[in-house]
Amino acid sequence: MRKLLLTGNEAVAEGALATGCNFYAGYPITPSSEIMHYMARELPKRGGVFIQSEDELAAINMVIGAALAGARAMTATSGPGFSLMQEGIGYAVMVEAPIVVVDVMRAGPATGQATKPAQGDVMQARWGRHGDQYVVVLAPSNPQEAHDLTIKAFAIAEELRVPVVVLTDEFVGHGREVVEVSEVAEASSRRVEVGPQEAPFYSPDPRKAPPLPPLGAGHYLLVTGSTHNEWGYRDVHRFETHFKLVKRLKDKVWLNKDKLFMYEVVGDEEPEVLFITYGSVARSAKTAVRKLREADVRAKLIRLKTLWPIDVPELRKLGGEPRAVVVPELNLGQLVYDIERAYNPFEVPVVHYGKVGGGIPIYPSELVSKALEVLKK
Amino acid sequence: MSKAKHFTREYVREEVLPTAFCPGCYNGVVMNALALAFKELGVRGLRNYVFVSGIGCSSWIPSPYIKADSVHTLHGRAVAVATGIKLVRPDLNVVVIAGDGDLAAIGGNHLIHAARRNMDLIVIMVNNLVYGMTRGQQSPTTPHGKVTLTTPYGNFEMPFDIAGLLTHTNANYVARWCVSNFTQLKESIKEVLTKYSRGFRFIEVWAPCITYVVRYEGKTPGEKLKEMREVCVPVSKYEGLSGEEKVKYVAVGVFKKEDKPGFIELYREYVARAGGAHNE
Repeated sequence: MRKLLLTGNEAVAEGALATGCNFYAGYPITPSSEIMHYMARELPKRGGVFIQSEDELAAINMVIGAALAGARAMTATSGPGFSLMQEGIGYAVMVEAPIVVVDVMRAGPATGQATKPAQGDVMQARWGRHGDQYVVVLAPSNPQEAHDLTIKAFAIAEELRVPVVVLTDEFVGHGREVVEVSEVAEASSRRVEVGPQEAPFYSPDPRKAPPLPPLGAGHYLLVTGSTHNEWGYRDVHRFETHFKLVKRLKDKVWLNKDKLFMYEVVGDEEPEVLFITYGSVARSAKTAVRKLREADVRAKLIRLKTLWPIDVPELRKLGGEPRAVVVPELNLGQLVYDIERAYNPFEVPVVHYGKVGGGIPIYPSELVSKALEVLKK
Repeated sequence: MSKAKHFTREYVREEVLPTAFCPGCYNGVVMNALALAFKELGVRGLRNYVFVSGIGCSSWIPSPYIKADSVHTLHGRAVAVATGIKLVRPDLNVVVIAGDGDLAAIGGNHLIHAARRNMDLIVIMVNNLVYGMTRGQQSPTTPHGKVTLTTPYGNFEMPFDIAGLLTHTNANYVARWCVSNFTQLKESIKEVLTKYSRGFRFIEVWAPCITYVVRYEGKTPGEKLKEMREVCVPVSKYEGLSGEEKVKYVAVGVFKKEDKPGFIELYREYVARAGGAHNE
């Protein structure tokens, strides 16, 4: 364990290296480029592969090829690049390639404000691809957690053979704090097929991923983004093959939500006002909770580390019985829709507090005022 | 009496035969050239090969017909995925087989940059002159004047000379053959597997879509082959033609043949400079 003064972006890179990441492909884009710079410097020294791709379409597909060939592979990007990577992420879901994609969110749409933070890619991270597909989305709120959740992301990707998105933002990415860096982190090792008798695209246990067979081992592996059966043979006609496949790809993530749903809870057991948020905004919310409690208002924060899958019954249990729920986000309203679904609006109002642009954070004082307003205090 | 097994069967997945290709499709010629090249090189089983393909009829040659590891990617992304595989497993022969639409249109950027990097890949572009799988729309290599679904009044755009384009990059090997040049095609495949076994190696195969080009011209596959024997001329002869004549002919031959170190070797040197060791 070393203590280093790192930005969130550098912490992501350190986490990836600690867990054995040995392949990085990427395209320069603000505000994520420092991850790439770090990997460009460190990977060659360690015998890994770093390649600067011609665009983000290439980056994500190189990463998928590398993962299928046995590497622990990742890329990092931001808004516009993340949009270009969507088709690749969908392909990774379909061929069950274990990859990690970091999106350092900036203000969009389009080029937007390239150097300014935002949280506008939450729904894109979850639903940005066509078709039925499920990935895991993690949201660190400071450099330390950027390091820790990147390690976690690799472990989940390897175990479930699924793309994992680490969703940070410009505040987290460029914020500099002391980070305890792991030298070597335990990453759950990939299940590699032992013999050609195990199907590469089927698991009898829906919570488990099939083993990933190595290339060049004489298994004559068939990998395709078309609908395929458990041995990889294309079947683009029958209902049974398609339904069985997409259901299994969903279940692999969804049935593990008890393990995948991570959070932090602070404040009063039984709050009057409950904040639910994630990422850099959660830091303001934490201060707001403290200030409200100092003013004798019972307040609580649920900080989501996992944005997908969300275990809604668990979330309800964690929140107690608040009089109102406030969901602050650096956007015009994204996660708030999931929270609304968790509560009966006739009993508990769920209020969004959002703003974005100019690099202006949501200040704790704003959240205190909002809480007092919704509680009519 | 035992029936002798056809030599191609060693290299194809027999359980998926017959192929889904249209009767007379020249994809069979490409498969045959590959199989014969492997046989003549004494390749027994393709376990050291990974075939990577995109979307389109020719991408089905390796997925699922060739008996080897095969990765069937998104439309246009074969070269990018192949790059990722090769960088992690430089010990494997990584071969991309895809069409003109896949490699020259939607995947064009990946193609030219892999050539610029002299990435250690073999890329076989089966140029059928249209988007065959989606019923024959104009592709970047559709000849001028040709009627397709999306150029119903005749193609007024000029086609891409992809082999010509790549000749002017850092690629090691660039060739173009018509399916009527079967022996030369097979020899080219052997060459990029042996004497020219590193860097970016590109073979364009002129193989007009049997359904949406040849049949629409009212020709049989055999008649079209005969025509190609006239039309596909060695590049030396092609250079001597006038501009007007050139439109009617296709230049074939090996346009470029070098044996510079490819990306993998240069990356190994780079890694050594940084103090590491790549894949050792």
